Amino acid sequence: MKLTGFLLLGAGWLIVLAAVAMLRTSASIGAFVLAGAAVEALGLALAFRAHRIWREEKP
Amino acid sequence: MSEPFAAFGDPARILCFLSILMVPCAIAGLVLINAGLGRSRSAAHSLVGALCVAAVAALAYFAIGFAIQGYAGLPARQLAANGKLWSWAGAGQLFFGGVRFDGSPQSLAALLGMFGAALAAMIPLGAGADRWRLGASCASTAILATVIFPLFAHWCWGGGWLAQLGANAGLGAGFLDNGGAGAIQAVGGLSALAVAWMLGPRRGKYSMEGMPAAIPGHNAVFVLFGCFLAWFGWMGLDCAAALLYSGADPSRAPLIAVNATLGAAAAGLAAAAITRARFGRTDASLCANAWVAGLVASSAGCALLSPAESVMVGLVAGALAVFSVEWLELRLTVDDPGGAISVHALGGIWGLLAVGLFAPAGNSGQWLAQLIGVATLLGFVLPAAYGLNRLLDRFYRQRVAPEGERQGLDLYELGAGAYPDFMTHSDDSWQR
Repeated sequence: MKLTGFLLLGAGWLIVLAAVAMLRTSASIGAFVLAGAAVEALGLALAFRAHRIWREEKP
Repeated sequence: MSEPFAAFGDPARILCFLSILMVPCAIAGLVLINAGLGRSRSAAHSLVGALCVAAVAALAYFAIGFAIQGYAGLPARQLAANGKLWSWAGAGQLFFGGVRFDGSPQSLAALLGMFGAALAAMIPLGAGADRWRLGASCASTAILATVIFPLFAHWCWGGGWLAQLGANAGLGAGFLDNGGAGAIQAVGGLSALAVAWMLGPRRGKYSMEGMPAAIPGHNAVFVLFGCFLAWFGWMGLDCAAALLYSGADPSRAPLIAVNATLGAAAAGLAAAAITRARFGRTDASLCANAWVAGLVASSAGCALLSPAESVMVGLVAGALAVFSVEWLELRLTVDDPGGAISVHALGGIWGLLAVGLFAPAGNSGQWLAQLIGVATLLGFVLPAAYGLNRLLDRFYRQRVAPEGERQGLDLYELGAGAYPDFMTHSDDSWQR
């Protein structure tokens, strides 16, 4: 689960990178940057949740 | 703002050099805060660890780091995309090769970068206190100072792709980080989160039901004196970084010092008021954490923001520090004895976003550039720090053995305590 969180963090960043490298207008860059940031937020939430579950399961 | 060193005369060089010489005070401040917030039985280990980590950071940055970080105008590795050239890493020589130590901007950048790497490396030490092995913290620092810090520093300070967002993509003036809120503080803070995740909480920190036990710091005097030292050091750090990397005019130095002071003051008082309102008493360690969070947050736009805006930034940073320390400990079960994640990661990210928030009206591109920088911190720095530390842990275990935690790291790793004349009492927090 934590790995999935980190993969989402990386995927969100790649969306941001792709937007900067491939798009030309500020509006379209903005839309994709926001989408990438949302994916990162999801990944961060998942990573925190995974840590919490791991800690609760630890004897 | 002008291009870095467009007119960098002797007064600017002298001011920059003297400001850089103040930076070790910021490092010393963090060292004292980390030691004071840790247990007494690991105090000597905390200070020796800080010395070793600073030494490793300086050597690693000298050997490899500066070559990767580079400096605006020096050779860099570039990629072409969408008809534009984007710089992604410096192409300098190892071991400071090619740097002329004659007061040139490059030589000043090499010196500031070395201190910056050491400062960033102090931050994870606070999160790993009382359970991070000395050798492992040094190895982890080598990774931070050779790869993660120099890469991000190149992107925003060395003329890299984040700095080019303005020229290449029309996003304001590109990603702005005047004093290192991103390049030093958030990088260190997110590395601290990776270390705290990897090491897990201290033994006895959480009960079987998941309730956290309070493990107060052992020396509030260290912590609060550390804040004063950090204040002095931060003014130098902000000034030097703004002059060197953002092309700030030397005449802005008083504004930079005022902004650092006001940011810290507002944050410290916000924390004092919040803790008094919530707990009936002012909490010294949270006030100290908030003070540093104010310094961190205000450093992002130290040469750009007005004093009133710095107060606003500081107020929010102080409140964020108080609530996030509690949130991390209670809800997210992340054990961060030094408050490094709340202070440096969250404070730094808030400061960077605030630069976009307080940008002149109609400049939504600046806000977007700041958001891209923050997305890079979360999407690149955090996974890289966690992944590399996990990899290191496979070959060299980072957490100390249970016996070491019970004895304290001073006796276990150093063979002698910091306070040999004091009686050692049994520790109630040692439960399992």
